[in-house]
Amino acid sequence: MSGIKPRRRHRAARYAVLLLGLLVIGVAYAAIAGAGGAASAATPGGPSPQDIAQGRAIFAGTCSTCHGMSAQGTGAGPSLIGVGAAAVDFQMSTGRMPGKDFDAEMPRKPVTFTTRQIHQVAAYIASLGGGPAIPSPAQVSPAGADLALGQHIFITNCAQCHNFAGAGGALTQGKSAPALTHSTPTQIYEAMLTGPEAMPVFSDTTVTPAQKRDIIAYVTKVRAEPNPGGFSLGRVGPVTEGLVAFLGGIASLVFIAIWITMKRRAA
Amino acid sequence: MSDIEDGGQFPPGDGEEGPRAPHRVIGTPPPARARTLLRTPPEKRPPPRWLPAEPGTDPGQATRAERVVAALFVLSALASIGFIAAYVGLEVRSVDATLRSNLALGISMSVAFGALAVGAVIWVRYLMPQVNLTEERHPLASSPQERAEFEETFTQGAEASGFVKRKLLRRTLIAATVPLAVAPIVLLRDLGPLPGTSLRHTVWRRGMRMLVYGPNTPLRAADFAIPGQMITVVPEGFQDNQDVLAKATTIIIKFAPGQLGPPTVMNWTVDGIVAYSKICTHVGCPVALYEQTTHHILCPCHQSTFDATRGAQVIFGPAARPLPQLPIGTDAEGFLIAESDYHEPVGPSFWERG
Amino acid sequence: MTKSNTTKALETTGVFLDDRLRGARVTTAFLRKLYPDHWSFLLGEIALYSFVILLLTGTFLTFFFQPSMTEVIYHGTYTPLRGVRMSEAYASTLNISFDVRGGLLMRQIHHWAALLFLAAIMVHMLRIFFTGAYRKPREFNWLIGITLFVLGLLEGLFGYSLPDDLLSGTGLRITQGVLQSIPIVGTYGSYFLFGGEFPGHLIIPRLYVIHILLIPALLLALISAHLFFMFHQKHTQMPGKGRTNANVVGSPTYPYFAAKTGAFFFFIFAVLALLSTFAQINPIWLFGPYNPSGITAGSQPDFYMGALEGALRIMPAWEWNVFGHTFAFNVFIPALVPLGIIFTGAALWPFLEQWATGDRSEHHVNDRPRNAPTRTAVGMAAVTFWGVLWLEGANDIIADQLQIPLFTLTWIARVAVILGPIIAYWVTKRICLGLQRKDAHLLEHGVETGIIRQLPSGGYVEDTRPVSEDLRAVLEYNRVGRPELTAPRAGEDAEEVPAPDARTPIGRVRSRANRLLTESIPIEADGHGNGYGNGQAAPAAVTADEQGADRPELEQGGSGGEGTGH
Repeated sequence: MSGIKPRRRHRAARYAVLLLGLLVIGVAYAAIAGAGGAASAATPGGPSPQDIAQGRAIFAGTCSTCHGMSAQGTGAGPSLIGVGAAAVDFQMSTGRMPGKDFDAEMPRKPVTFTTRQIHQVAAYIASLGGGPAIPSPAQVSPAGADLALGQHIFITNCAQCHNFAGAGGALTQGKSAPALTHSTPTQIYEAMLTGPEAMPVFSDTTVTPAQKRDIIAYVTKVRAEPNPGGFSLGRVGPVTEGLVAFLGGIASLVFIAIWITMKRRAA
Repeated sequence: MSDIEDGGQFPPGDGEEGPRAPHRVIGTPPPARARTLLRTPPEKRPPPRWLPAEPGTDPGQATRAERVVAALFVLSALASIGFIAAYVGLEVRSVDATLRSNLALGISMSVAFGALAVGAVIWVRYLMPQVNLTEERHPLASSPQERAEFEETFTQGAEASGFVKRKLLRRTLIAATVPLAVAPIVLLRDLGPLPGTSLRHTVWRRGMRMLVYGPNTPLRAADFAIPGQMITVVPEGFQDNQDVLAKATTIIIKFAPGQLGPPTVMNWTVDGIVAYSKICTHVGCPVALYEQTTHHILCPCHQSTFDATRGAQVIFGPAARPLPQLPIGTDAEGFLIAESDYHEPVGPSFWERG
Repeated sequence: MTKSNTTKALETTGVFLDDRLRGARVTTAFLRKLYPDHWSFLLGEIALYSFVILLLTGTFLTFFFQPSMTEVIYHGTYTPLRGVRMSEAYASTLNISFDVRGGLLMRQIHHWAALLFLAAIMVHMLRIFFTGAYRKPREFNWLIGITLFVLGLLEGLFGYSLPDDLLSGTGLRITQGVLQSIPIVGTYGSYFLFGGEFPGHLIIPRLYVIHILLIPALLLALISAHLFFMFHQKHTQMPGKGRTNANVVGSPTYPYFAAKTGAFFFFIFAVLALLSTFAQINPIWLFGPYNPSGITAGSQPDFYMGALEGALRIMPAWEWNVFGHTFAFNVFIPALVPLGIIFTGAALWPFLEQWATGDRSEHHVNDRPRNAPTRTAVGMAAVTFWGVLWLEGANDIIADQLQIPLFTLTWIARVAVILGPIIAYWVTKRICLGLQRKDAHLLEHGVETGIIRQLPSGGYVEDTRPVSEDLRAVLEYNRVGRPELTAPRAGEDAEEVPAPDARTPIGRVRSRANRLLTESIPIEADGHGNGYGNGQAAPAAVTADEQGADRPELEQGGSGGEGTGH
């Protein structure tokens, strides 16, 4: 026990305790916050009648409460006639559907169903009224895409909501455009095609499939780019930089100034 | 004072054992020998030190501190050499290589400076004596004599120059400096053209096709048929002209029948497709966040919000005017065209706007 | 003693110079000049050395940057932008970042140093304000400092706009829109600055000249003047033992201050290098080149312009259209009024304070903030005002991160920008007065020792000891024996006839201001004898004789409850 006391009274002890406390809180927060959602984007084979039947069964059990027994919509959920397989695949593969807390918008959540099940539901909904189909792998592949055009269209029509690097942004009334960090190429395609929730629709006749591929290529390339200057600070711009300047720069220099001007303890 | 007991030495001051002097009476001081009896005269005394030479810590601590400082300085030197080595050895020209180079150069630079700095501070704190000197301040105001002397100098000089007495001289000199001072300002006139009426118009004209900005291809109304669609369009022929785009960029939005209402001018729409200026009427940012569900057009700069179904009226935020609506139609081949220019100036307000 | 070679060499050099320059006396005075030691005195140095680093890194950047808006198509290292049309300015910045060794590091150090420069100016300015170091004779330095602040803001704004990227280009667009909205001269100003319509092709080269030549020259000149005044008038010092208004106590330039300030310079450089290694700043390759049709979510300027940005966001939509002319209040009020109030108020404050308190003496010892409650409270109100606007400038980021609706945040800010400063003023004032009471209590009752003694009557009492000499000097400075600062101006006393100049409306305002600014908790020099005294031994009259000889324990410290004394 006698070894503890001198170290406890050490001049640096209080700073060590503070640092330890900060570390503990930081690690705890990082562990709790930032849950991602699983992304799925496997391609469907052609839907068989059994798939459609399975899809109907899943729909009846999970979705019909809000969307109606024939997907015609109720007060709680919109009609799904004509939304297409792409919309269903997007909503379910990002975990947004089945919807839980009905807030300003549906956030990405852990996925409840397997890819096969999702495609079955998608096939069932498509059988009801058509609509955009799930894109094929070739349609979302970045190989050979025109990155420059993708950048141009992204900045003109997407960055104002999703931010220049796809880090997301605020909308009105508590909504926000989500970050694109976890979206698969298929999900990005489907989102552009179907315009989920507040997002506008970018149909294939306005933004052609080739241009969609270019956009996907740009988004996926940029988000995978390393940050050569250090930690990215969130890729949201000068706000976090200003915080770091004060809390990192000025704060550390103040501590250093205190050290420099401290009186030396009597020897 | 052995001199006295010994009876003194002869000759005085050389300290050697000389022949003994005659015995003196005890109590009588020996002949004056300035060096031994009196203090050293002021001019020969070493001046009092204004700073002590030793740090005043115990020598062991001082030596330890010296070693620590020396080690830090060596570390700094090594880091500087490391910086040079990293510069020479690490190429850039790719993002990954830049990351590695930045890390290496940055860390070596931080260590080089940091070690030097820490070493210097430890040096000051442990190897220099701690002093607390005091110095008098003198009042900042000059003495009355100095002020008087200045006043004399100034007034006499002014009188001698004739500036005070000769009014004609003085007034014409001032008259000469005024246009001279104005002339450089006048030189700035050609910095730019006068605005004239250019802020009131854009390049949109009747029949001008709307190009989807990016691929720069014209758009058929039939291809823009799904309610909830939005896209940015620019005037054909001007897609590379940023000066034009800063005023003429437009967004078009497709609505289902019945959604659009006054004060949207229905004559200016085509099949539920309405065109608004993308240039915010607040301070000119592209206002482009379109929310399909609420029909809000939100500007990301200062959050001015416009209702797209109601003529882009302002519903929140600092913008004072709705987004101007562009009259659109279709040409013979079904492509979307402008029917005329905007009917009001686009973008931020200005004095002459009215 | 034979001299070493170094000494001989130094002597020869010294003689060579002195023969020509007669510098021995001046140099000796300079080497012996004393600098008071307090950590808060180093804040200005952070700004100074950041400026030096800005000059150094900036010069490096000028060797590689192309200030031209000519459009080129990029074919360089950064693949996602290959084939994209951009200005030469932007392309050269990409080149510096990815094709010049050390280029990214220099760019980042330059930008971090700019942030640090302005942050340090702000903190330094607050220190000067809260300690009253702007008082006579240092008003010039205060005004120069405010000018440096404004110049620094502009310099930063122009500097980060040079790469012509999407984010800073949006900022330029906002600048143009604000300029355009100014009545009468706005459109002319905008066309002259940009050489025509926005964006034109002249703004980047023009900002370049302003950024690397004109403003740095002004900054250098003003910083030199700032330092010269500080030098000539000598630095202020914190109250303490042996420190008076007529002396300076500290350590000399040579070798102490030179070593410490040199070390601090290297520390600042090290901190900047660390930041530039591990914290990415202004990644322009992610923003893309500027295009007036494009914009990103979360468009903010650098933090020091945050208050302006917030002012623009918070403003309701007021515009007047009369007689064919538009008064765009919604734009030029937020652009001019909030910062105008803060800067003008700051510039006038020293003179206002002099006018109100009538205090025209030289001040070389700083105030503790608590000893000037009204001044500190006004300063905190200004900080709150600026801070609310600053936070509102980031409202979309806050809305997204904290899941608070966007418009709600703006409404909260609209209320907080008025209420916040009022509440801050009141709370700060009460805290200052409370701290003053604590100081008075300490002086009058002494410091608690933790030693409990039992009185003969059975009660317990804690011994106190008087405060140490050092602390006493700090607590008493400017609080005891300075009647002119605490006395109200003639006229408040009901029995007195107010002086003639206190009867006019201005005079009444002045009297009220005087009362407000000199509000303070009084400290009596010799305590008020509540039985504890000043923690010192009571007069002999209340010792053993009165308590009775059978209570020897009381003889040590005097009457019951007396401190143990010395």
